[in-house]
Amino acid sequence: MASILFLLFSALTVLCAVGVVVNKNAVNAAGCLLLCLVGVAGLFVQLDAYLLAFILLLVYAGAVVALFLFIIMLLGVQGRQSFGFSGITTFAGLMAFALLLTGLGTIAFKGHLDAPRLNRLAAEGANLKSYAQQLFTTYLLPVQIIGFLLLIAMLGVIVLSKKHATEEPAK
Amino acid sequence: MMTASLNEYVIISSLLFVIGFFGVLLRRNTLVVFMCLELMLIASTLALVAFSRFNATMDGNIFVFFILTVAAAEVAVGLAIIVALFRKRQTVQIDQLDSLKN
Repeated sequence: MASILFLLFSALTVLCAVGVVVNKNAVNAAGCLLLCLVGVAGLFVQLDAYLLAFILLLVYAGAVVALFLFIIMLLGVQGRQSFGFSGITTFAGLMAFALLLTGLGTIAFKGHLDAPRLNRLAAEGANLKSYAQQLFTTYLLPVQIIGFLLLIAMLGVIVLSKKHATEEPAK
Repeated sequence: MMTASLNEYVIISSLLFVIGFFGVLLRRNTLVVFMCLELMLIASTLALVAFSRFNATMDGNIFVFFILTVAAAEVAVGLAIIVALFRKRQTVQIDQLDSLKN
């Protein structure tokens, strides 16, 4: 049996994820994505990963969804004729979907992921100090590489969105 | 109060992944496809955090930390590419982006 909060947040997450897929309007889909992220942040809090829940809300809900909404409004995209399969894609898609569902069913009904109950374990992720300890000792090189990656991504975005003088006009 | 087991977290995570995958297959709008990709990424982070918590280790949490950083950079670059594509082709519907076919 699971707790009420777990059921609540997982229901919110899954329902809003379905909402992202079935919504014909892209703006509504972005709103559903936002609610889905709030649900996932709630699950993170249940798992005692408070910092990650906070970062998820800050980075995803704050920045990424806002960026999505900004681009949707910039492009003025209408959500017409957004469903539909064609040809062999139908077969491949249905096969892959059936395989994934089989895996999900196997986990759900036959999975025995043996783990001690939560209240018997120390919550490593709750402690802010342990993040700092790990990031600046074991994972020091990845942190620097990530920093360079962010810098390169920033430069890339600037180059991509610059209007080139030699660019031929759109057809 | 009873707490949820690892199995239940993995079920939610894989359900989220399947929904995101289905969205990538089904939708024809590039922006919504991108959102569904983000959904799949979030599903994997949920599984990582759950495994990390139930094994009382720190590695999964740190990995999620890095995934969130990379995802932020990925979204910025991806949306810039979509905007550049829209500027060139005046559409973001996947059906109409078929210039590699001919």
